[in-house]
Amino acid sequence: MSEMTPWMTFLLIGLGTFAVRLSFIEFYAVLRIPPLFRRALAYVPASVLAALVLPAVVLPDRQADFDWLNPQIPAAILAGLVAWRTRSTLLTLGVGMGALWALKHWGL
Amino acid sequence: MPYPSATQAFRQGAHSVLPLTSGVVPFGLITGVTAIGMGLSPADAIGMTLLFYSGSAQMVVMQLMQNSALPVTMVVTALVINLRFLMYSASLAPHLGHMPRRHKWPMAYLLSDQSFALCSLKMASGELGRFAFHYYAGTAITMWFGWNLSVLAGIYLGAGIPEDWSLGFAIPLSFLALLIPSLRSPATIGAALTGGVLAVLAVDLPYNLGLLAGALGGIIAGLLLERLQKGRTVQPVADENREQEAS
Repeated sequence: MSEMTPWMTFLLIGLGTFAVRLSFIEFYAVLRIPPLFRRALAYVPASVLAALVLPAVVLPDRQADFDWLNPQIPAAILAGLVAWRTRSTLLTLGVGMGALWALKHWGL
Repeated sequence: MPYPSATQAFRQGAHSVLPLTSGVVPFGLITGVTAIGMGLSPADAIGMTLLFYSGSAQMVVMQLMQNSALPVTMVVTALVINLRFLMYSASLAPHLGHMPRRHKWPMAYLLSDQSFALCSLKMASGELGRFAFHYYAGTAITMWFGWNLSVLAGIYLGAGIPEDWSLGFAIPLSFLALLIPSLRSPATIGAALTGGVLAVLAVDLPYNLGLLAGALGGIIAGLLLERLQKGRTVQPVADENREQEAS
């Protein structure tokens, strides 16, 4: 792979994101979102985020088998509870990382 | 209350977005720290931040880089995550669409969750008056500085953080912090559960397609659940036409 490939990827994503942002602002009065697509968009954040979080937590090493003793699982559950109660990004990150460090340090 | 001048509208916009800006500072710091932690050069990290201006897309692409996914997967996944901007663009279009391109294009680049959240309701109610555009610009420009400066601070800090701090775990945690507040109905919870479980089951698919499979499955599950729920509450008038009108 050449040196330029990551930058080409970044550029494509940047341009694509800009196009998505501009879409309706530029073509106002021409474009209309189909109703089904509009409703589907409402489920994008929850679906995508969960599809990112769950594998990253339960399978930190993608080649390895599922491991109940993986300390990331209790740490993520605790962080999830904090996110639910406080809705604070900072506290969620702090408690989650703290729990992971504690579990690793004292060897679960 | 309509603003008497453009400057005042701009200032008021900048002022009202400040609390939301401070909310993205930790996410920006973590983004910068993670970029350096996973071996990106500061120049790459800054370039990515400026080009994307989207923290979640950036975190996802960094995670996919760690899993050595194909560039195509990175582009498609990042754009799927950013599809929500379509929704924002559509709702702000009636208020920004008539501006000349030299104003419209920079303002489109600056579109963020926070600016949308602040402006969409106020614009629709007409309370901003003639200077709605300037109010929006105030929120958008302030957000842009807040985000980029906090990523920059993270990049600067990142260089000094040892590897055994397992900072990679900060990526799923930051997504978790965004995910939980988005679970506002049984249908979104169903979408999240389906998406997460499918992505775990499909983790062996090549090129990280498991993520897209999970996301797509989650969206379909959400739509189906929404339909089921509606079917139950609108039972007496289970007429197809009426249901479509209601949605």
